[in-house]
Amino acid sequence: MTTVPTPEDGALPETQAQAQTADVAPASATRATTATTTPVTPMVEALDVHKSYGRVEVLKGITLKVMPREVMCLIGPSGSGKSTFLRCINHLEKINAGRLSVDGELVGYQQRGSRLHELHEREVARQRTEIGMVFQRFNLFPHMTAIENIVEAPIRVKGEPKDAARAHARELLEKVGLGDRATAYPNQLSGGQQQRVAIARALAMRPKLMLFDEPTSALDPELVGDVLAVMRQLADDGMTMIVVTHEMGFAREVGDSLVFMDGGVVVERGNPREVLANPQHERTRSFLSKVL
Amino acid sequence: MSEQVSEQATTAEAAQRARPETIRAVPVRHPGRWVAAAVIAVLLAMLLNNLATNVRWQGWIIGQYLFNSQVLHGVAATLWLTVIAMIVGVVGGVILAVMRLSDNPIVSSAAWVYIWFFRGTPLLVQLFFWYNIAALFPTISVGIPFGPGFHTWSTVTLVTPFAASILGLGLNEAAYMSEIVRAGIIAVDEGQTEAACALGMRRLLIMRRIVLPQAMRVIIPPTGNETISMLKNTSLVSVVAGFDLLVSVQRIYNANYKIIPLLVVASIWYLVMTSILTVGQYYVERHYARGSVRNLPPTPPQKLREFFVRNFFPRHAVPASAPARGGDA
Repeated sequence: MTTVPTPEDGALPETQAQAQTADVAPASATRATTATTTPVTPMVEALDVHKSYGRVEVLKGITLKVMPREVMCLIGPSGSGKSTFLRCINHLEKINAGRLSVDGELVGYQQRGSRLHELHEREVARQRTEIGMVFQRFNLFPHMTAIENIVEAPIRVKGEPKDAARAHARELLEKVGLGDRATAYPNQLSGGQQQRVAIARALAMRPKLMLFDEPTSALDPELVGDVLAVMRQLADDGMTMIVVTHEMGFAREVGDSLVFMDGGVVVERGNPREVLANPQHERTRSFLSKVL
Repeated sequence: MSEQVSEQATTAEAAQRARPETIRAVPVRHPGRWVAAAVIAVLLAMLLNNLATNVRWQGWIIGQYLFNSQVLHGVAATLWLTVIAMIVGVVGGVILAVMRLSDNPIVSSAAWVYIWFFRGTPLLVQLFFWYNIAALFPTISVGIPFGPGFHTWSTVTLVTPFAASILGLGLNEAAYMSEIVRAGIIAVDEGQTEAACALGMRRLLIMRRIVLPQAMRVIIPPTGNETISMLKNTSLVSVVAGFDLLVSVQRIYNANYKIIPLLVVASIWYLVMTSILTVGQYYVERHYARGSVRNLPPTPPQKLREFFVRNFFPRHAVPASAPARGGDA
């Protein structure tokens, strides 16, 4: 079912892909300042990415770039493929065609000569250590305390010394405002607290890219603010972030670029303030009129 | 907003001023309970009367043989057999379950065939089979398949009656345990595996650190069941090997013909052992409940202590509303 994308069925002719990329380049990536002076490898580069489940094509050619230090917000109706695209970036889903690379390295595959080779599980896992992910339903490990959740991967995957990992974890808990809840189990924490622990857990691996899959959608409205504040802090620290969200306020204030997806394609991309205030496409306009 | 607050405040004040009288209603009567109690009491009296007056129970013989050294040896052997066979069963079960859930079709079908065979044939037949394995393979050797062997043993010396019992009970148990473990693994939320994957953890690490510890909650109750049924299934080995509890009492009553009292002796010991296992299961379940219940309920000894403290040393009593903290902090 999942075919390895080969050049024959895969990438577009080079020129066409280039043209498309340029077309949807961010209107203004304020944090991506270095991009103008020296050529920088994009943190994420998607070229005509396709993904199907059986006969249903969920992604129908996504082409976009995220520069280092950029915060990109992905919005769109449910079923538009935004979460799927996010999951492709750390290879939780295999793409069927096109090219997807993180920091200049293809995700999940290796180009050898004219053919793509699937990467071994070990290599995929190594790539994932550099990409943090935060889920809608937190997915904390319920049998471990907050701090155990955070130190698990640094110790077991990266082989960090236990003391160093615990010290780092305490720092991160402090940073997300939960310095006093280190020994609490997830079910003793509120949703907002759990999500902040989940963010700390992802940060503990010192990733260069953070993916957020509707991080506030499962939270009580009261608790959304705390999580967004932590994310805003992270953006200010210069983390590259891709955020699938319905929080238009966050997109407007923190996002460097906004992408509106519908039906598996990017409909519109640009500066969040401009897109939200003055959407160019009819589809974007009707979507925003319902959520704003 | 401010209106709402003041409204709430006024209702609270009103509630304090005129609290309605506490309800003291006549409780519902339960005549059925009295009838049931009467019937049970009569049956119990009949049983006790019979035990006291029917000399054929030969109660004094029960006391005489309860701590007989031959019986105690049988108890020890039965315990050993249960423990080792269960270890074989659980380890084998986990391996088979992981194989069954593997992406590798060869590995997963191999596990399927194993389970099909060992669940599909009677345990007694399997025990006979292992006991008579020497008839099929007179020698066992380690070496290159189809090539020369480095070392050869005689099967009769290698597969002793004890080893045959362990193989029979353990390998059969592994088939049942694998389904229990598989159910436990499937019950763990997919999101757990995804989160662990996203952190760069690899499959075996995820299984060991994330999935299995959570699956334990589902796995333990039926495993306790299996252990208790294993304890009793060990009596099946009496047909191939003479060392378990049942064989011990059989030997004694074959000599003195006191069949009923000695069967009672065996039953008492089986009951004692299963009771101990039940208590053990309670504490193992409690251990793996960490993180899934907010506050673990107090253990029976804790409840008992609390009861005594509250009733006899009220000055030391902890307020009942203070939740018992389990595990953490």
